[in-house]
Amino acid sequence: MKHIINLEVANTIGVVARVTGMFTARGFNIESISAGRASMEDGSANVTLVVRGDDWVIEQVTKQLNKLIDVIRVSDVTESDFVGRELLLIKINCPPAKRTEVSMITNIFRAKVVDISNRSMTFELTGIDAKITAFIETLRPYGIKEISRSGTIAMVRDSQYKS
Amino acid sequence: MTGAELIINGLQKEGVRAVFGYPGGAVLDIFDRLYEARVPFYLTRHEQGAAHAADGYARVSGEVGVCLATSGPGATNLATGLATASMDSIPLVAITGQVATHLIGNDAFQEVDIIGISRSITKHNFLVRDVNELGKVFRSAFYIARSGRPGPVLIDVPKDVQQAKTQLPYPGDVNIPGYKPTIKGHSQQMRKVAGLIAHAQRPVIFAGGGVISSGASDELMQLSEKIQAPVTTSLMGLGAFPEVHPLALKMLGMHGTEYANYAIQEADLLIAIGARFDDRVTGKVDKFAPKAQIIHIDIDPTSIRKNVEVTAPLVGDVRNVLIDLLKEVKPMRHDAWLEQIDDWKSKHPLRYQQNHHISPGQIIEQVANLTKHQAIIATEVGQHQMWTAQLYNFLTPRSFLSSGGLGTMGYGFPAAIGAQVAQPDRTVVLIAGDGSIQMNIQELATVATYQLPLKIIIVNNQSLGMVRQWQAIFYNRRFSNTCLRRRSDCPKECDGDQNGCPKYIPDFCQLAEAYGIPGLRGDKPEQVRPTLEKALTTSGPVLVEFIIDAEENVFPMVPAGAAIDQMIRGMA
Repeated sequence: MKHIINLEVANTIGVVARVTGMFTARGFNIESISAGRASMEDGSANVTLVVRGDDWVIEQVTKQLNKLIDVIRVSDVTESDFVGRELLLIKINCPPAKRTEVSMITNIFRAKVVDISNRSMTFELTGIDAKITAFIETLRPYGIKEISRSGTIAMVRDSQYKS
Repeated sequence: MTGAELIINGLQKEGVRAVFGYPGGAVLDIFDRLYEARVPFYLTRHEQGAAHAADGYARVSGEVGVCLATSGPGATNLATGLATASMDSIPLVAITGQVATHLIGNDAFQEVDIIGISRSITKHNFLVRDVNELGKVFRSAFYIARSGRPGPVLIDVPKDVQQAKTQLPYPGDVNIPGYKPTIKGHSQQMRKVAGLIAHAQRPVIFAGGGVISSGASDELMQLSEKIQAPVTTSLMGLGAFPEVHPLALKMLGMHGTEYANYAIQEADLLIAIGARFDDRVTGKVDKFAPKAQIIHIDIDPTSIRKNVEVTAPLVGDVRNVLIDLLKEVKPMRHDAWLEQIDDWKSKHPLRYQQNHHISPGQIIEQVANLTKHQAIIATEVGQHQMWTAQLYNFLTPRSFLSSGGLGTMGYGFPAAIGAQVAQPDRTVVLIAGDGSIQMNIQELATVATYQLPLKIIIVNNQSLGMVRQWQAIFYNRRFSNTCLRRRSDCPKECDGDQNGCPKYIPDFCQLAEAYGIPGLRGDKPEQVRPTLEKALTTSGPVLVEFIIDAEENVFPMVPAGAAIDQMIRGMA
């Protein structure tokens, strides 16, 4: 099963290498990792990992991450009500004649045009993994020139309104 | 104060009584400060020796071992020592010099990314880029090394940081937000554990190195006697429980006693304390302790359920947990179970054959008798290590030094040096093989220069015995590159002794003499005791070499991948 694990880490030299190094050393796989500075004051940073594995793998991954001195907090948000988002930048082949057709598709996904040229269009899209993947597949027939995905970041919702 | 001065100051504040190391360009400033400092420094002849010596020092004293090396090759030479300490949870602080900060990443002379290299073989490591961070880093390093599950910590200090000045004094306490080891056991889990113990009919305690590092031998003994549970130990746990005690099962696992392995397989409750279920202990994991519910007490949550499923985990410092647990459990009797165990003990004792050669068992037993089981024994890795583990009968903790997890040949000799430095008045004996001792043989110079009264015993079978044993049993006696006397003109198929073999490669006695250390040799059974007596009564270092037959093997033995009660008892 796919798990989304949020880490609060000390913003020290090589902290991401410590996290990824643990995965290589212990034989676990990271599906995506995304890291950024979280706080200006105490120098902490935020890392979101997507990890696939059975209960045993996830238990070990969580414990091993906790064991890293520079990792301050580990939270597996998978079982909580959380907002997960990924950012996609995608550049496709698009001669002027195809612009209208392509725009219709990208409007369905509410993607933003961020660049346009005589040969290509570049879009920005945020969403959950499934939406991003669906968008890419829909655009594939036009010819994908370049893709850049950020990996998932996630945050637990405070609101407890369940449908 | 300069960075280098702060480092010396830090060593004193941390109560460091010995530093092992080797100088070089990137640590000149620290060595300059050592010139007049009151911190005793021991110059080894190789940085690997320094790391292992610091490790041996730590194992014997319970203090943090400290080693110091220069950048580049100095730092990489520490790597095996760090990995050894990491696998065996030994508190170590390694200080390495680094090229000046503006040169980092430049492929400068003697530059290596030791932070990257040592990441997976240390508990933690630090690169100090600012002299104002140095004190805090130093304090944190010692705290991390000795607390929780102990381990090695490396501090990489660029040369300009050693020279830079700081106004900040050495700090008192430090707060490390991501590091809060669990010391006290969870009370609800404690009651669950006590409940399991109360219902057990055939309990066995399996004690590991954690009992020794937390200083819980007394509590272990109390628990064992109170609930009448026999105790087996891992290699790392040797000495945690006196091996002559009626409840002692001695070592379990691949080369453990038959009765320990049978007891594990028949137990209905296994209480693992400060142990991590290494594959050398469990054999085939899904056939390990098949009838037992398992209690696992350990300070490291990652050890729990890493290798085996457990019924009741209990995370905390072993000694702390045992003190609390002793209040929860009631005295018990397991007469039938102990009778069964005594029956196994009398039917399947450890034994060795006596013939016209010196038998390794005879050597170990004589060392044990002559030192009254009170010496500090260090071993290298291989057959001699297992013979020692099986036959010495350790009575007290911190008296057996051996590379358990990593299996580092070359560990024992420098570790024994560190042990002798920590305990100058105790008898320290190194039991080595002729293969292993050569991996750090240069440390004879260290022994000679500091006149450490170490007794070096080489059990010489002229081969890499443990590998040879596997070749003999599992590889159809194809002795590929395990004969240490083999020359380029030897016949391809050779079973051992041939006419024309060089007698000694090297002549260890002459080698010792070259360093000014007396060398004694014995090759007949009747020479063993007098030679050992002479060595042990000589003041100062002595090297003793006993020639044994290369066909001597370690039994019992659990083949790789078998259940631990499927033991080979000897050669057909």
